[in-house]
Amino acid sequence: MNNLRLARAPLIAILVALLMTTIVLATTDAEAISAFTVMFSGALTSPSRVADMVMLAAPLLLCAAGLSISFAAGQYNLGIEGQMTVGGVISMAVLRQYADGGNVAVYWIIALLAGALAGAAWAGVVALLKQYTRVSEIFVGLGLNFVALGFSLYMVFGPWKRPGVASMSGTEPLPDSLWLPVIGTTRVTLITPLVAVIVLALFWFLLRATQWGLEVRASGLSQPASRRLGVPAVRRMIQAMLVCGAAAGLAGALQVLGVYHALVPNLASGIGFMGLLVALLINADIRFVAPLVLLFAVLTAGSIQLPLSLSIDSSISGVFQGFLVLAMIVARAFISIKERA
Amino acid sequence: MHISIRNLCKAFGNVVANNDISVDFAAGQIHGILGENGAGKSTLMKMLSGIYTLDSGAVAINGNEVLLGAPIRSLQVGIGMVGQDPLDIPVFTILQNIAAGAQIAGHTQIADSFAAWNALLGFELQPHLRIQQLTVGQRQQVEIIRLLITGSQVLILDEPTTGISAAQKDALFGALRTIAREGKTVLFVTHKLDEVAALCDTVTVLRAGSLVGTQAQMPVAKDVILQAMFGDRSAQASFTVGHHHPNGTLWHLNDVVMQSANLRLGPFSQEIAAGQIIGLAGLEGSGQTLYLQHLAGMRLPRSGSIRFLNRQLVGARHDAVYLPADRLHEGIIPSMSLVEHVQLLHKHLLDPGQTARQKVLQLIRDYNIKATPDIALELLSGGNQQRAMLALIPESARVILVEHPTRGLDAYSAESIWHRLQERCTRGTTVVFFSADLEEVMTYSDAIIVFYGGSLSRILDRDTLTEQSLARLIGGVGFAEVMQ
Repeated sequence: MNNLRLARAPLIAILVALLMTTIVLATTDAEAISAFTVMFSGALTSPSRVADMVMLAAPLLLCAAGLSISFAAGQYNLGIEGQMTVGGVISMAVLRQYADGGNVAVYWIIALLAGALAGAAWAGVVALLKQYTRVSEIFVGLGLNFVALGFSLYMVFGPWKRPGVASMSGTEPLPDSLWLPVIGTTRVTLITPLVAVIVLALFWFLLRATQWGLEVRASGLSQPASRRLGVPAVRRMIQAMLVCGAAAGLAGALQVLGVYHALVPNLASGIGFMGLLVALLINADIRFVAPLVLLFAVLTAGSIQLPLSLSIDSSISGVFQGFLVLAMIVARAFISIKERA
Repeated sequence: MHISIRNLCKAFGNVVANNDISVDFAAGQIHGILGENGAGKSTLMKMLSGIYTLDSGAVAINGNEVLLGAPIRSLQVGIGMVGQDPLDIPVFTILQNIAAGAQIAGHTQIADSFAAWNALLGFELQPHLRIQQLTVGQRQQVEIIRLLITGSQVLILDEPTTGISAAQKDALFGALRTIAREGKTVLFVTHKLDEVAALCDTVTVLRAGSLVGTQAQMPVAKDVILQAMFGDRSAQASFTVGHHHPNGTLWHLNDVVMQSANLRLGPFSQEIAAGQIIGLAGLEGSGQTLYLQHLAGMRLPRSGSIRFLNRQLVGARHDAVYLPADRLHEGIIPSMSLVEHVQLLHKHLLDPGQTARQKVLQLIRDYNIKATPDIALELLSGGNQQRAMLALIPESARVILVEHPTRGLDAYSAESIWHRLQERCTRGTTVVFFSADLEEVMTYSDAIIVFYGGSLSRILDRDTLTEQSLARLIGGVGFAEVMQ
């Protein structure tokens, strides 16, 4: 009974999203059933497509897991794209110091740690400005996204530009030896999903099984009350932002090391915002992060097949995802209104 | 309008708030609904006014069954409720507030109706004042007129005399009598017996979610009503108030100035001894909150120094617990359970919850809280929330600073709260409280500080005061002699 009630909102939301997407497809004379088939299964039809899906899911998982902590603390970390970008830039700065013959593993570890620290620092700016100037973390975060993007563009087209010519395709690639090793002939680097899953497990544990997690949730629910109960609420909120920023920065560093092997102009490429969509969809409940991240990755990777097989643009998966989140938020709000009444 | 309620039930989780209630309220009368806190009065009224839906049962108006469940539907059938905290828009003027909620076109028409009701009910509201400039009592008057203009035939008032002055209470009672004479139905929810005796035509008593007996025509003997409200508990002797003997100085205040946005106390110096109950008396807003927050270390003095246990007080201390008046927003985390609160208080890095649960079960027994360990505190009644807050104060607390310890509670709940506070005091905890209720200050304090006009008195021995002399001091008569 209780489980059925919990499942009501998602079921309604999925039906509404399917319906609305069908309407959009129908108005453009596209065949809905085959479009959905490609979207939902396109990512699973070949090893290389599964690989693409996994390499999208990993950074998305990091972002969504981080956001479930910042949301729990009542913080809307819209600056996550910027935190991811800065993580990528700083990890690139570390990796550029590598000279042939250096210890690769050491560089990896330092680059990942530097990326995480940079993301945390970028989020820390948001948290501190929120606490000490009372500016909403939403505005500070969005503003810092532009700063981070400008910073990375400046590095790509300025100091780190390719010899002779600056290129939209990014900086000079890293030496092959620094690339994270792949599994077989796919593009999957084992380390990337492994790190993502470990971080998710760690965050889950922190949030649901430790005093720290309870205090973070309490601070998010009521600052004055948690302070009265002896919880250092401000510190917990800042820490939650730092943890989220670290996860995003780590995701950025992993993109540099495992996917692009260079700093590219749009490193975050909307993964942070997609993480926000996932977090909104599941009310930032960390238990549902993994399945929903998988769904979004499958849809996004699958829809890349759409232009090839059906001549439909892949952005239709974004329409579905958008409707899904919107319908979910509305359904949840609607049910809670009904229950309160 | 005649309201018939049949077999109404409402539960929140495992807690049954209303159990099979059937009662009639006739038109043209004032009906008192009495019960201690948590008896289910507010739940019943919130169902009538559409804030809660019914679990089962039916409501009929003039014999026709109506479908409630949304405030707008209740308003449409003519049921309006004045809540404990009037819900209005502070920056709007009185007329704008009424226009926003009246669904009547034409501002002149609204202004005219307003003027007519204002005169008829004997209120002295100026329609162009902003709500934020009004007192709680005046805001309540605005609400009443707004509901009448909207066409309410049934007026529900939930504990309307809480937080208003005696003069406003008289005005309110007069207005309610007028409204009843106009043929409307007034439901008057309270836990104060004398108000029912003074005002109501009938009395309906709720206890533990159920109706006790049937509705009775007033007058009814006090003992009979008490027995109905409290059952056999009312026969229990009330505990005796003990005297506490101060030992050692807890706070040293030296040339302290306490300042907030609109208030300034001092400079003054004081030494406050440990192990006693100190009551702060005075009109609300005379600086009592400011004073308590300084003692708690939540605010630091503008100048001078406060020493606590011979150490400079530099910030909020864990062993000085402050209970704010707005408990639901500042005191507890509404959606968290007792277990989670206990976990927050007693820091074990990794608590599987079992030790906390054991402790909670003990607290539930000790403090007589009607709750399960895992139910969200927002679902408890006011009295239970208050007992829960008290239960959550760690034994290690040296000081409890509390605003309005029993506001909104019935006599039984209030006494049980004081019983706990006295117990704590006997075990060495110092209690500093303020209350708008003079009798409460006189009954439970060992020492009293009077606040008047931006100043405070010396620490006065309770035994040197009478209720009359204290009332005079609060009004400023003779205050100069006891001034700090």
